[in-house]
Amino acid sequence: MKKIKVQYYAVFREKRGLGEEVVETSAPTAGDLYRELAAEHKFTLTPGLVRASINLSFKPFETELRDGDTVVFIPPVAGG
Amino acid sequence: MPAFSLTADPIETSPSTAQDAAGGYVVFEGRVRNLNDGREVRSLEYEAFDELAVKTGEEILQESLAKYPVLDAWCVHRTGHLQIGDIAIRVEVASAHRKAAFEACAWIVDEVKRRVPIWKKEHYSDGDSGWINCEAPSDRGYEGQ
Repeated sequence: MKKIKVQYYAVFREKRGLGEEVVETSAPTAGDLYRELAAEHKFTLTPGLVRASINLSFKPFETELRDGDTVVFIPPVAGG
Repeated sequence: MPAFSLTADPIETSPSTAQDAAGGYVVFEGRVRNLNDGREVRSLEYEAFDELAVKTGEEILQESLAKYPVLDAWCVHRTGHLQIGDIAIRVEVASAHRKAAFEACAWIVDEVKRRVPIWKKEHYSDGDSGWINCEAPSDRGYEGQ
């Protein structure tokens, strides 16, 4: 099991009800963790629409997670 | 009403962007509009993943300096609750000649909108609200898709 710090923003923050938490997970990749969290907290955004940030860098969903990583799932952006 | 005028007095500008070699200076301000997709907007909120937004924004500005023959570029984005008419984003570009300044400014705005982790929640006059690009009818408890 890995301890991953997950931060939530915007629609994920509202759906989850908090801004960040540490999750214990055996999910091998960022994508696996997203699917796990999406199922548990009923996130409706399909994985293809979501990007992942691991330790302040955009990374593909296939990226393997390591104990202590900080992960943020990034819903479709709308700045500017 | 469009207006054209002449003046003998110095025309004021932003002093921090002045450079002797910069013959062209372009500013874009994105402002909060009262209408989006046919719906009347009352106000909106911007939320940012701060550290990654600044990091990504700075990468975009560096890329613009490599991509276009410009001298410098600046961008500021507002977060929090904004009212109609408030400035959401300002992009400034200084270059020797105007063509590159216009092109770089447009490119920076497009890239910020495409890449920077900032989200917008609009509040409509009918009391409804929603995260732009993020919410489908199913998220609001409607039947089916």
